[in-house]
Amino acid sequence: MKDKLSGRIWRFGDNVDTDQIIPAEYLVTMDSAELAKHVFAKARPGMSGKVSRGDIIVAGRNFGCGSSREHAPRALLGAGVSCVVAESFARIFFRNAINIGLPVIQASVDAAEGDTVSVDLKAGKIIVEQSGEEYGFQSYPPFVMMLVEKGGLMPYTKEMLQCRRSQ
Amino acid sequence: MGKTIAEKMLSDKSGRDVEAGEIVEARVDYVMVNDVTGPAAFDEFESLRVPLLRDKVILIPDHYVPNKDIASARQAKKMRDFALRHDVDNYFEVGSGGVCHQLMIEEGFAAPGRLIVGADSHTCSYGALGAFSTGIGSTEAATVFARGVLWFKVPESMRFTVDGGLGKHVMGKDIILTMIGDIGVEGALYRSMEVDGDTISSLSLSDRITIANMGIEAGAKTCIIPPDRKVDDYLAGRVRGEYAPVFADADADYMDSRQYDAAEIVPVVAKPHLPDNVAPASEVGVTIDQAYLGSCTNGRIEDFRAAAAIMKGRKVRRGVRMIVVPATKRVMEQAIEEGLVKIFMDAGAFVSGPTCGACLGGYMGILAPGEKCISSTNRNFVGRMGDKGSEVYLANPAVVAASAVAGRIVDPSEVTG
Repeated sequence: MKDKLSGRIWRFGDNVDTDQIIPAEYLVTMDSAELAKHVFAKARPGMSGKVSRGDIIVAGRNFGCGSSREHAPRALLGAGVSCVVAESFARIFFRNAINIGLPVIQASVDAAEGDTVSVDLKAGKIIVEQSGEEYGFQSYPPFVMMLVEKGGLMPYTKEMLQCRRSQ
Repeated sequence: MGKTIAEKMLSDKSGRDVEAGEIVEARVDYVMVNDVTGPAAFDEFESLRVPLLRDKVILIPDHYVPNKDIASARQAKKMRDFALRHDVDNYFEVGSGGVCHQLMIEEGFAAPGRLIVGADSHTCSYGALGAFSTGIGSTEAATVFARGVLWFKVPESMRFTVDGGLGKHVMGKDIILTMIGDIGVEGALYRSMEVDGDTISSLSLSDRITIANMGIEAGAKTCIIPPDRKVDDYLAGRVRGEYAPVFADADADYMDSRQYDAAEIVPVVAKPHLPDNVAPASEVGVTIDQAYLGSCTNGRIEDFRAAAAIMKGRKVRRGVRMIVVPATKRVMEQAIEEGLVKIFMDAGAFVSGPTCGACLGGYMGILAPGEKCISSTNRNFVGRMGDKGSEVYLANPAVVAASAVAGRIVDPSEVTG
């Protein structure tokens, strides 16, 4: 996972649920590129064609609430979203994102749609280019940071299984 | 300081004495995936090239089966192929199963003191039997298939105590919707809910399942009801293996405690587009196009009895269609035996075999632009059941049945007198 990210903001409010991120009728594939075609199909029609690689979602409270569908963070990754910054996250979405390598950051950021934001994951710093405002955020707990650094739950699991074999 | 149920269970399953806030790797008793979340888990698991912990794995096709289209047929086939390749006993083919959470309970996987994960957010349902159960993602499920463990942050706990007698037509759904209305859809985020009190003790297991099932709609990681004799009686002759109930210490540390007087809880409706947008059913009055009775939340025999008691000898109002979907094969068999299916069909309802169906906008009950549905399900998000301009109103089965008869959302007493 890259430490420094920069991208254009897509602004969302509170309680963005996973049915909005990827409606249930599209849960018939796990292909990120295919899922990306339908990202926010109902809540923001046309968004999928307009996301540029590296774009960042800035949202309010309880982002990713609802269903456990891992298709949601996969669709965002597939669409090119590099990071989600939200005041809080629903827990299953948060875990899914960490586990598949989509950075999710808990912070309250005042910025508008279309602004540019840069995120330094290691330093715990967010800067909004237009306003020059800087925001800090708490780093992950050590176990979660370890997962992030290894690239998610699968690389970690492979390592643990390897340890078991060599014992 | 004493411990909550969540702290005790995660201490037990991790072999460490832990409290809220700590992160542990804990031993999982069972892991369940469905036809939507399973395929990704299967791919990830195969990439690990290790034997499947087949006794822990439960595979339940329910979301888009019987296959609604070619793409969903591929997913269901992938699950079937995986089950055969790895010789998974606990695979429930169409015709033998139904909606995953009700089946997990009926089949005796859910039991007190167990740690159960499932790649479906309503896995928290098994808290009704005193299990610590929670929803996870597909990748996480794959790693449990291989290692039998998963990481958990030990949650803080909120306690909800309900005492007193419930009024007529008030069900478990009204208790949990009232709580969600109070604390909001993120009111229990990352936390464990513990729900107790003499009202809860007097509830049927079915009503308790509805309560635990919707803990996720307040953001909860799990929603646990202390197990009692009713749970033991239900599990007798059904449960797989041994189980050991876990209870909170008297001096456990809760970050929040709330008291409810059951007499003040009335039949309620969660209006669009969040489950915390709660109002008394008697005040809603919205004209409806569809009434939906089913799902892991309210698709049990007790729910069908409550709805049938209202529909018996009455008709679904002209201009409204009612769709009735039992949660499992067993529920359906019993509903036929008790004459409930006939009551629904005589009233003009459409009755299908078990599936998640329209609850998540899958199929068989999709809403057109502008249409409104009263539903016994769990979510009323924008576009959840169809077009983004449609609306879902969540309520208990009695309210759903009464509204189907009245043609608009009403308190059941308006229909029954």
